[in-house]
Amino acid sequence: MMHDIYYIVSGPMVWISMVLFAAGSLYRVFSMGLLAAKKDHVVISYMNIRYALRSILHWIIPYASISMRRRPVMTAVAFSFHICLILTPIFLLAHVLLIKESWNISWWYLPDRIADAMTLTVIAGCIFFLIRRAIRPEVRYLTDASDYFLLALVAAPFASGFWAAQHWPGYNLALVIHILSGEVLLASIPFTRFSHMLFFPFTRGYMGSEFGGVRKAKDW
Amino acid sequence: MSYWGFRKVMSVSAKALPKVLDDSIDKAADRLAADQISAVIERLLYNEGGARLKTYMETCAHCGLCSDACHHYLSNNKDPKFSPAGKVRQTIDLIIRKKGNVSIEFIKRACEIAFTECNLCRRCVLYCPFGIDVAYLMIFVRRICHQLGVVPKFIQDTAHSHSATFNQMWVKEDEWIDTLFWQEEEAREEIPGLRIPVDQECAEIFYSVIGPEPKFRAQLIYQAAVIMNVAGMSWTMTAKPGWDSSNMCMYTGDHEMTARLKKVHFEAALRLKTKRIVMGECGHAFRSVTDVGNRYLGWKAPPLPVVHAIEFYHELISNKRINIVQKFDKPVTFHDPCNIVRGGGLHELARGIIDKTCEHFVEMHPNREHNYCCNAGGGIINCGPPYTSKRVRSNRVKADQLRDAKSWGARTIIAPCHNCHGGLEDIIKFYQLDMDIKFFSDIIYGCMDKNHPLTTEAIKKY
Repeated sequence: MMHDIYYIVSGPMVWISMVLFAAGSLYRVFSMGLLAAKKDHVVISYMNIRYALRSILHWIIPYASISMRRRPVMTAVAFSFHICLILTPIFLLAHVLLIKESWNISWWYLPDRIADAMTLTVIAGCIFFLIRRAIRPEVRYLTDASDYFLLALVAAPFASGFWAAQHWPGYNLALVIHILSGEVLLASIPFTRFSHMLFFPFTRGYMGSEFGGVRKAKDW
Repeated sequence: MSYWGFRKVMSVSAKALPKVLDDSIDKAADRLAADQISAVIERLLYNEGGARLKTYMETCAHCGLCSDACHHYLSNNKDPKFSPAGKVRQTIDLIIRKKGNVSIEFIKRACEIAFTECNLCRRCVLYCPFGIDVAYLMIFVRRICHQLGVVPKFIQDTAHSHSATFNQMWVKEDEWIDTLFWQEEEAREEIPGLRIPVDQECAEIFYSVIGPEPKFRAQLIYQAAVIMNVAGMSWTMTAKPGWDSSNMCMYTGDHEMTARLKKVHFEAALRLKTKRIVMGECGHAFRSVTDVGNRYLGWKAPPLPVVHAIEFYHELISNKRINIVQKFDKPVTFHDPCNIVRGGGLHELARGIIDKTCEHFVEMHPNREHNYCCNAGGGIINCGPPYTSKRVRSNRVKADQLRDAKSWGARTIIAPCHNCHGGLEDIIKFYQLDMDIKFFSDIIYGCMDKNHPLTTEAIKKY
């Protein structure tokens, strides 16, 4: 029984989630681009690569904007959280090995202890965001059930993956949960608020273009 | 430069804001039929709600970081209802989620939020990691209110005036011409031979002002005329519609009238075959001409160069078209208006003028792109007396900011924007700050050499 589930989640469902993620992302970005061309022509007319990159750079370098400097702890957590969230799954030894077994391609991987630390960073980030959501009035006011659900969805593959990697009791079940929640997370990126991953360069880039090209002002 | 210069805003308990009665919202909304609301909203969402609306609404991670930006939020005891994302949540977010099936009471509240609790100052764009344009979202709500006919009374009156007369203040043609003659006559006593050229073709400069100048601040026309004459500029104003560069329709969500007004304005300048438009010291008018009106007309840029008074004065001073013979002796501070600084990048030029004309300059903090709004802009002051108390209370941070500048020595605030003047005057009065406010033209008029117009030779050299 457990094996059947394992083969399903580690076989066809991986493909399904990857296809949903890749095709979904392409679809979202292209359909949004078409919609912009149809109804928001200003976005395309005023988009300016130089100013877009200028703005994006100021917002992906830690503490490069005043907003980030005003919230030093939040910035530190947000950056370490996002960096670990993206890099850990890609450079985890176990993942690299699985891919090598399947396709015989491989790349550099993280030492286990660092991968563990990065995983814990993601989990700690989720806990930080959870607490922040619960106690800061301006964030709580904006929060609904979906925000907690999305946080749980991010935490699930990392927590269960860590559990499985440590071979703690019940690690088989943890592994299945890890794979399944990872797949759900990946597939949900284009279709939920996680889509900020796809749209960040466009929203920030557009604002950067408006501020740099038209308004002659900084937007950070 | 004040990257680190932010103060923690003290949380002083503010009294609950007074409930405002505005017939134009309450009665107009009560007349709406239930299906009318959803029909209008659905139409607007379908026709005008595009990629920006969709992306902004789906990208917002509900992180609340925009709160730090908003003077309404900071001044109202950090009440989350006043944070930028909080205002979005109460209005357009629910409207979209309910697909337009919202109640009359909801529309009244949404109208109040969009028109009187957001200045469209776009400071929050500098605090949102994604650069979500909350001003755009609030304008969308205003657009819905406009199409439903639910708009605060006083600002709707100015929009009506725009529609009927192409100026903001119901100024009739004879009154306008008479004001120009009157100011010309007055100024001739000081500068013999001074002229305010009206409808003169082929002048280099088309000078435009906003409706309130002939209505309340005619001395600004006087000062501009003196500066133009002393500098020996080739300039003209027009007696016909198009003399007023202001645009309140831009703030009521009336995109059609916004475009018509700018068209009339551009056409007035082009009909006289002028080379460029120079505008008086107004913020929203500047943006409506340089950046907004042209978009609604389908043009990427205005059809002729548009120059704000700050750029123009800076040019006159650096080219020595006017000579500054004495410096303004009271310590000044500078209020960066949203529409020309966050919206036009004129902050360094403004400081250049101050450097040339004032003895002592004290920066207020935060400044430049990060300055707090005066809380008059975005049409809020134009919503009129019913909202004055709320408007002033909702900008306690500005009072704190000014008080700090004053404690560092500043006595005079320079604010090159009409709305900012109105807003700051009320704040100074309410919080008993005892400071005075000036336009650049006040300072330059007072400090320039008026007796020695440039010789023709110097003009030739230029």
